[in-house]
Amino acid sequence: MARINSAAELEELRKDIVSKRDAAKPCVAICAGIACLGPGNDRVISAFEEEIRKQSLEARVEIRATGCHGFCEKGPIAIIYPGEICYLQVTPEDVPEIVSQTIVGKKVIDRLVYTDPDTGEKAARQSEIPFYRNQMRLLTGNSTRINPKSIEDYLAIGGYAALAKALFEMKPDQVIEEIKKANLRGRGGGGFPAGSKWQTARNAPGEEKYVIVNAHEGEPGAFMDRALFTGNPHLVLEGLIIGAYAIGSHRGFIYTRHDTPQLRENIAIALAQAEEYGLLGENILGSGFNFNVEVHLDVGIFVSGESSALMRSIEGKAPEPRPKYIRTSVSGIWDRPSNLNNVETWANVPQIISKGSGWYGSIGTDRSKGTKLISLSGNICNTGVVEVPMGTPLREIIYGFGGGIPNGKKLKAVHFGGPMGGSIPESLIDSPLDFDVLAELGTSLGAGDMLVMDEDTCMVEMARYFLDFLSGESCGKCVPCREGIRQMLKILTNITKGKGKEGDIQLLEEIAGVAGEAALCSLGRSIAKPLYSVLKYFRDEFEAHIKEKRCPALSCQELAASGGAKEK
Amino acid sequence: MSEITLQIDGREVAARKGMTVLEAAKKAGISIPTLCHHEKLEPYGGCRLCTVEVEERGRTKMVAACLYPVEKDLVVKTRTEKVDRIRKMILELLLAHAPDAFELQDLALEYGADRDRFEKESSFCLHCGLCVRYCAEVKKKNAIGFINCGTRREISFIPEIASKECWNCKECFPLCPTEALQAAFVLTKALVFPSPLSELKG
Ligand SMILES: Cc1cc2nc3c(=O)[nH]c(=O)nc-3n(C[C@H](O)[C@H](O)[C@H](O)COP(=O)(O)O)c2cc1C
Ligand code: SF4
Ligand code: FES
Repeated sequence: MARINSAAELEELRKDIVSKRDAAKPCVAICAGIACLGPGNDRVISAFEEEIRKQSLEARVEIRATGCHGFCEKGPIAIIYPGEICYLQVTPEDVPEIVSQTIVGKKVIDRLVYTDPDTGEKAARQSEIPFYRNQMRLLTGNSTRINPKSIEDYLAIGGYAALAKALFEMKPDQVIEEIKKANLRGRGGGGFPAGSKWQTARNAPGEEKYVIVNAHEGEPGAFMDRALFTGNPHLVLEGLIIGAYAIGSHRGFIYTRHDTPQLRENIAIALAQAEEYGLLGENILGSGFNFNVEVHLDVGIFVSGESSALMRSIEGKAPEPRPKYIRTSVSGIWDRPSNLNNVETWANVPQIISKGSGWYGSIGTDRSKGTKLISLSGNICNTGVVEVPMGTPLREIIYGFGGGIPNGKKLKAVHFGGPMGGSIPESLIDSPLDFDVLAELGTSLGAGDMLVMDEDTCMVEMARYFLDFLSGESCGKCVPCREGIRQMLKILTNITKGKGKEGDIQLLEEIAGVAGEAALCSLGRSIAKPLYSVLKYFRDEFEAHIKEKRCPALSCQELAASGGAKEK
Repeated sequence: MSEITLQIDGREVAARKGMTVLEAAKKAGISIPTLCHHEKLEPYGGCRLCTVEVEERGRTKMVAACLYPVEKDLVVKTRTEKVDRIRKMILELLLAHAPDAFELQDLALEYGADRDRFEKESSFCLHCGLCVRYCAEVKKKNAIGFINCGTRREISFIPEIASKECWNCKECFPLCPTEALQAAFVLTKALVFPSPLSELKG
């Protein structure tokens, strides 16, 4: 690998990589994504390697282990190019047949392609499958074309061209202006405008500044960040370098967890490759700009993803939110200006720079632009990761991509934002995916984790579950949060056991109100959100538990004695 | 250092830039209750009993007085209905752990906190962190720390350090709002029943 010393050399290298590739050469792209719930991906990959060796096709067929394809429900997935034939739920036993029939014989194996559960219609190509057909995969669409361990794959599709454009054709202020005009809002939960945060960090006094990728992803039910980052690490890295240039930072951090070995490996490889090509380090692309990145690993609890706790963790201290009233973009790691953005926020940056804020602004709603990755889980046919434009009606996500509710059950509610989010009832699912609309409804887009609940879900139990989660995943430093969680959890547990009392709802509201106003960090200030949403939309369910000792969803076991729960 | 004026409970108060609201109030003779604050230690922001209402550019918010920096023309209210409601609840939540703690009694009276509002769970510790921070910041020994998180958080002596340092010091004991009970108890436990890990190391 030779260092690239200019934008022209980068383009030459890209052409060179592409010209050496034969588009007609068969390639099997297999998802090796960690988000994939379908196990056995690695066994399928080994089976392909073995079969191709057996049939002496090594020189003629390429095997590409890629990141998550999103359709996790039907994994492992193998796509055979050219032709884009998509096989679902592939087992090692299917592999010899795929190699002989499809790769060599160019025939489609009907048994392995997608069949519409309603119409029985088959779809052989990936782009014809309803799950993919209506998505707008701006960030994830290349996942099948990229081996995340190969920077050449990323360069071949035009990778790092946005960085070259920023470095050579734009001043740092112009980059910030472009991000502001695009109205890119943070994907980590707050929806805060990235451009203004960058501006604050740029304007903050001090020579030494930091940029950080938040890849903590601690929300239960959220798995899109690791899917995206594992599958296309250079996309996030390119966004980070552009941000560093705009802010005037020469040192970056990637904060992620110990327990994601595949992500860690792919990040480490990406950093090493980028450095060898001169895309990181001193004098990037010959521009004179210097920037280095370190990876910080921590298992951490949920609160470690909070900005000031994350920064203390990078300093080597316990991940506790900092009590000071000063923004981390002004005073963060080691009291220096530190700009933190989520994985998906950074991943949006390169396309905004290449295609412009005008193009970006044409996607989405008035105040929520671009696409959003959604991880679908719960009572939904297609668990997985989808990417849709902001503004997409929730109904379309649940039924169009998610394939609806399994076992003929009825949809009851959708929950966004995990323990700091809220639930909305089925009657509101024609609402659009939009930061502000969801906030008005009493939920929060959060990181994009969408938990779908069917009619058998007890909403009291749902609120209890999230508090139980927080009882071990908050830091426990301040009284309103630690003691508030303890008491609210006790009350809710009692209610689900038929021991609810008159006045419990008022007491819950009172504790929640105090935590919401007096807790030290946003975690404590949001502990009551799931509860509030349930009280807003499902209050009668609460009252049935307390007054009639009955669980309307027939889910609370302990209410069975009074004839309120079904046999399980 | 430059002088600024702000308003606390309707009074014009002079303060220096860099001071906290708590310091400015104290200087003006206005008292704000605190539990985790100590003059020798870094502000901690754990008990939230010092919560006050501030108004800045027309917006009101609840902040911890022990940490919030003074600003020119800041309007602070230390006793509003909201502030009192928050303090009452915080006291009630703490009284469930340490119903007889000396420091909580007068405050409970003042804010009308009911010591029996929540079921007793007498672990005594109020998690003010005074012992932990005193040992770390003043003595620089770190013989005691917090372990676990969330509702399971508790103080714990580190037997290896405590066995060498603590018997001749014990300066943290009188800082404990639950009358030194907690620190002494945990220390004894740590030394009499050291964890298996420390035995291995020992
Ligand atoms: C308790 C808590 C946990 C959080 N966890 C995460 C997380 O896992 N990932 C993330 O990107 N943001 C998380 N956030 C939000 C971050 O504090 C921060 O706002 C975000 O990383 C900023 O990036 P963005 O503006 O690009 O969204 C969390 C916030 C809180 C209060
Ligand atoms: S609100 Fe909760 S998580 Fe945040 S500092 Fe307080 S105890 Fe820790
Ligand atoms: S004294 Fe301010 S939070 Fe405890």
